[in-house]
Amino acid sequence: MKKNIDIFEIIANNRLNHEYVVLELALKGKELPEMHPGQFVQVKVDNTPATFLRRPISIHDVDYKKGIIKLLIQEVGEGTRWMGQLKEGDFLNLVYPLGNWFKLPKSEKVLLVGGGCGVAPLLFLGRVLKANGIKPRFLIGAKNKEYLIGLNEYEELGEVFKTTEDGSAGTKGYVIHHPVMKTQTPDFDTVYTCGPDAMMKVIAKYAESHNIECQVSLENTMACGIGACLCCVTATTDGNKCTCIDGPVFDSKLLKW
Amino acid sequence: MVKLDVDLGNGLILKNPVMTASGTFGYGEEYNDFYDINILGGVIVKGTTLHHREGNNYPRMTETPMGMLNAVGLQNKGVDYFISEIYPRIKQFNTNMLVNVSGSTIDEYIATAKKLNDLDEIPAIELNISCPNVKEGGMAFGTSCPSAVAVVSAVRKVYKKHLMVKLSPNVTNITEIAKGVEEAGADSVSLINTLLGMAIDAEKRKPLLSTVTGGLSGPAVKPIALRMVWQVSQVVKIPVVGLGGISNATDAIEFMLAGAKAIQVGTANFIDPTVCVKIIEGITDYMIRHNVLNINDLVGDLQM
Ligand SMILES: Cc1cc2nc3c(=O)[nH]c(=O)nc-3n(C[C@H](O)[C@H](O)[C@H](O)COP(=O)(O)OP(=O)(O)OC[C@H]3O[C@@H](n4cnc5c(N)ncnc54)[C@H](O)[C@@H]3O)c2cc1C
Ligand SMILES: Cc1cc2nc3c(=O)[nH]c(=O)nc-3n(C[C@H](O)[C@H](O)[C@H](O)COP(=O)(O)O)c2cc1C
Ligand code: FES
Repeated sequence: MKKNIDIFEIIANNRLNHEYVVLELALKGKELPEMHPGQFVQVKVDNTPATFLRRPISIHDVDYKKGIIKLLIQEVGEGTRWMGQLKEGDFLNLVYPLGNWFKLPKSEKVLLVGGGCGVAPLLFLGRVLKANGIKPRFLIGAKNKEYLIGLNEYEELGEVFKTTEDGSAGTKGYVIHHPVMKTQTPDFDTVYTCGPDAMMKVIAKYAESHNIECQVSLENTMACGIGACLCCVTATTDGNKCTCIDGPVFDSKLLKW
Repeated sequence: MVKLDVDLGNGLILKNPVMTASGTFGYGEEYNDFYDINILGGVIVKGTTLHHREGNNYPRMTETPMGMLNAVGLQNKGVDYFISEIYPRIKQFNTNMLVNVSGSTIDEYIATAKKLNDLDEIPAIELNISCPNVKEGGMAFGTSCPSAVAVVSAVRKVYKKHLMVKLSPNVTNITEIAKGVEEAGADSVSLINTLLGMAIDAEKRKPLLSTVTGGLSGPAVKPIALRMVWQVSQVVKIPVVGLGGISNATDAIEFMLAGAKAIQVGTANFIDPTVCVKIIEGITDYMIRHNVLNINDLVGDLQM
């Protein structure tokens, strides 16, 4: 896939809560290239000494007709906080689209599991699954009610199950505690997941024990994002692989984590 | 038109002084989507060793103020794989493709260099005697003068084309090693490789790299690199290739004024994949503004 470097204009910054924003970016005067769910962009942060490298961010949603992409940002440090304060009319330099993507499932029974900011690629994935005649079901975990945000967009695509750590909405506990994950005869053949490693490991273990395909999206730290530096590796049964080009999406069975 | 080409000797002629640094530019192909990499003076591909190496464990990289620490540890599939799988793909590039060579023993360096000597479209190798990220060999060769001389003399016997030797900054006196390497038969020296550094996560009370220490690169190292290039160019006659933190044309010109005949761009490629295009254009602009017709007239032209 051809990689691009383009300057996007911020057309909206929707703050979801004190930690999360959704940025809407428009590419003017040029058509968006084809992108796939699971792929990411490398954002140039302008440019304090502490935010020297680009920041990898998943493609949250794409509207080809309008020439718009969306990024879901969780503010965890200086770079993401800088992105969080961007305003309409500001510009953002992106290298994109990068990495591999989620593969279509073998059967129609799928579950998309996201924890925290890990929901980012799942909205776009849900949209593409739906366009392929597959009804996505989501399982979304968050700290509390305040972090379960923007769910209407997922609900437009399919059923949404929720968990919160404090029980303030949905099932109390982590995603793995939700009834859909606890049954001995799960009602899905493919699970897609993105979120904290600890969460994904539990999902992967569950999936493997039930002979379910599990595609996980990793968030290793990156420098180049294009396979040139070998900084982002993850250990697999086939040796060290770059998360930025061989991933970020991996079949959980290949990972040695 | 200004004249940008530089001759580094023993058959290595660059159409302009801008090359890309080993380990930061893959095999060149990774960047060819962004611009035609044939405009470059040269590309130095990933560190290559005799045998396959898995490199170090994750995490291998952490950002530091105006720079980064890496501990990749020379992950590569070995020289035979390079020759059979990668070389056929990259040999058609119309720029100088140099291979960066590393090893754990002198015999490994010799064996790797010998195999590369037979590749028509590889006009030179860059001998990495300065990698801080491998347990044995690597930097150990480049931090003591006798061992640097030993490895360069041994490779010189089997490698007939341009032999560039990459120096470590992790030494007390870089000029001594540069002189030793010149006497041992190097055609040019490149400097600097990364500086040994460390980063700690205070909250977790843990090192941020799996290897604890790693190599520092990026703008943070530029003043040190510039100083070393200047010192070395005072004492050797062979061409000096300067690198370390170069991020724009002004940085590149500064290295040339300090005595570098050519430069390499490393970490800056990660921030702007098209940075080398801008550096080449910027060098031309500078020459026009300063009425310099031949780039070679800038080399070492520091007014004291
Ligand atoms: C393929 C990929 C897709 C991603 N998608 C998104 C996304 O859609 N939305 C989003 O908000 N974030 C995403 N991330 C994570 C994001 O890149 C990091 O949170 C960001 O780089 C942190 O930059 P900072 O300057 O804000 O924080 P820093 O100051 O660099 O770090 C602050 C804290 O965040 C932690 N951190 C740094 N990098 C990462 C990382 N890569 N993963 C997890 N924690 C990290 C650090 O350990 C530190 O504790 C993604 C990462 C990858 C690799
Ligand atoms: C991720 C990474 C990998 C590197 N790998 C190699 C290598 O394999 N061989 C080598 O000689 N130098 C290697 N280097 C060092 C660079 O080629 C260069 O000497 C150094 O980064 C300083 O230049 P810069 O500040 O422009 O990056 C590597 C540097 C980085 C950042
Ligand atoms: S981040 Fe450079 S290879 Fe993946």
